Amino acid sequence: MAEQDSEQPIAPETEEAIRWLFGRYPTRRALVLPALHLIQERLGGVPAAAVRHLARILELPAPEIQDTLSFYGFFKQDGRIGRYRIWVCRSLSCAICGGEDLLGYLTEKLGIQPGQTTPDGLFTLEHAECLGACDFAPAVLVNEELYPKMDREKLDRLLAELAAPAHPATAGATNNA
Amino acid sequence: MDRDQPSLTDYQPVLLANVGVEGSHTRAVYEARGGYATLRRVLRECSPKQVMEAVRSSGLRGRGGAGFPTGLKWSFLPADHPGPVYLCVNADESEPGTFCNRVLMEHDPHQVLEGTILSSFATRASTAYIYLRYEYPLSLRRLQQAIDECYEAGYLGRNILGSDFSLDIYIHRGAAAYICGEETGLIESLEGRRAWPRIKPPFPAVEGLFRKPTVVNNVETLACVRHILERGLEWFRSLGTPPDPANPQDAGSLGPKLYCVSGHVRRPGCYEGPLGIPCRRVIDEWGGGVWKGRKVKAVVPGGLSTGLLTADELDVPMDFKGPVQVGCLGLGTAGVIVMDETCSMIDFLYNSCRFFAHESCGQCTPCREGTSWALRIVERIKAGDGRLRDLDLLLEIADGMGIIPGTTICGLADGAAWPIKNAIRKFRLEFEDFIRRTNPQGYLATHPVPALSGRAMPRLEITWPPSGTSDGNPVTAATGSPSPWRKTIPLE
Ligand SMILES: Cc1cc2nc3c(=O)[nH]c(=O)nc-3n(C[C@H](O)[C@H](O)[C@H](O)COP(=O)(O)O)c2cc1C
Ligand code: SF4
Ligand code: FES
Repeated sequence: MAEQDSEQPIAPETEEAIRWLFGRYPTRRALVLPALHLIQERLGGVPAAAVRHLARILELPAPEIQDTLSFYGFFKQDGRIGRYRIWVCRSLSCAICGGEDLLGYLTEKLGIQPGQTTPDGLFTLEHAECLGACDFAPAVLVNEELYPKMDREKLDRLLAELAAPAHPATAGATNNA
Repeated sequence: MDRDQPSLTDYQPVLLANVGVEGSHTRAVYEARGGYATLRRVLRECSPKQVMEAVRSSGLRGRGGAGFPTGLKWSFLPADHPGPVYLCVNADESEPGTFCNRVLMEHDPHQVLEGTILSSFATRASTAYIYLRYEYPLSLRRLQQAIDECYEAGYLGRNILGSDFSLDIYIHRGAAAYICGEETGLIESLEGRRAWPRIKPPFPAVEGLFRKPTVVNNVETLACVRHILERGLEWFRSLGTPPDPANPQDAGSLGPKLYCVSGHVRRPGCYEGPLGIPCRRVIDEWGGGVWKGRKVKAVVPGGLSTGLLTADELDVPMDFKGPVQVGCLGLGTAGVIVMDETCSMIDFLYNSCRFFAHESCGQCTPCREGTSWALRIVERIKAGDGRLRDLDLLLEIADGMGIIPGTTICGLADGAAWPIKNAIRKFRLEFEDFIRRTNPQGYLATHPVPALSGRAMPRLEITWPPSGTSDGNPVTAATGSPSPWRKTIPLE
């Protein structure tokens, strides 16, 4: 335990970014969500050691951070999120316009279930509830980019583009820790 | 209602006035189109009290779903509190069928900020947090850029425009959980905890964020504040459905409103008009009517939580009272979702139950268990193991959960219950017919059954009305669409 507690999985720059936000909130606890975002962006997830490290930075008991983290299915503790996290909307407007079909198609095409990552670490598939883009149904969000009115062909093209090593987004990929 | 049925295309948009203008998200364009003039004037000429009074007399009601009068909410803030007071901008917009806040934040973030600054001035808030849902990355970029531009111009920070009013605005990013939109769930989440809504009272105005007096308002509500102060009370009160003179309790439905239309329409999108436009006109005149020349079967009037309108109920006005008159939960967010005649109500209900079971925060037993068991029952019906008795069981669950029956902490449970109640009560024949056809041996059974079907749930789904033969022979896919949503399952 003592050995683990000396682990510093949060890089100094990330810690700096977290500390920079301190002035925005009257309590340290309010930093939990912003900090978890920063950590997951850099590490592709929030491993247990990072939770303990964050607890030391925020001067909070680690179980309290873990409690908050576990409420939001968004943060991953087992394994890394792929370079591209693909959110396929399955809520009503998208579902009735073909969204449900797209999710099934992607599970087959990528050979993974929602919540899983392809073995090459490229894609993580997720089902999303309403992405707030029902005017573009069926909608798909990939990292920070919304792809409107998707169908199977457009998905095929998109995945091929993202997988190509020359794709510009690859350089700034989320898990370049 | 719409007083003289003016054409919807004649209405001059106010909230969406800048949308579509090149560079509408920048301060330069916003200012060139009159932006921040109201802020300058108000800081020069008005006291916070006067602003609060203007908002109160305008009759503005919250656009986030509950329709609570904004001025009244603000007046609950303790007058002599030493501070700080917080304003939370509810930008968690996650109600299925709703995207109007996104349109405002992406295309006109400065309008949202000007409304936020004015509202902070009125409520004496010194810090405003914009709780922005994770799934809005473009809104995040545009809002952050707009905030930076405001600090540069002196609209934010210390002593704004030389006045003694100071304000900071920070964006706080959510983490993909619907319940963070409930105002006290939002507060808990901002404080760094699980988004478990609080038992009220105390209301946030008295004890909210960091235990200080707090106002939570929706993005569109705050945008309206700017226009009330700019155009005046008379303009605002000339739009919408006036209060019923015979009922002193009625606050009316005044002002402009953004309507979202999606689903099976030709032109899905976000449109602006006065409150109270009949749902049919929203679908036909803005949405371009039902797609593929089909007919309407059912319509969600104001976001999934509000329930269902049948094709015969589309003339209800979209104001705070209209949808309630035909048994819906309320106006909600005015997020209209249209389902055409090929859409199965069993599929609709399954989709709705899945959403709420996924999003219940789990604090209250009626909601946690009710949403989860409702989903399992609908799943079993869908898999072909339904019994007629299940319909009454579902209604019993739905009637027993929510703030309205008084069994839960927040309104998520009411929102989960309404689609169940409306779908089964308004489309009961379809459910009964489906159950009889898919479970001819067991549809009358009443003995306890395992919650889940022994059979795996088929991915294919049934169309309604059955286009097959009347003797119960298999119905075949009529549309040829690759979507499982409109295929049929072979019956045994
Ligand atoms: C489950 C649930 C989810 C909600 N989600 C939102 C939301 O995403 N955005 C919003 O503005 N209000 C939402 N509300 C309503 C808020 O609790 C609150 O009434 C609203 O933000 C107040 O702002 P307003 O008066 O300006 O409408 C939600 C309510 C419930 C019960
Ligand atoms: S009603 Fe449901 S979502 Fe709301 S607090 Fe209770 S369990 Fe949570
Ligand atoms: S239902 Fe998919 S974006 Fe709203």
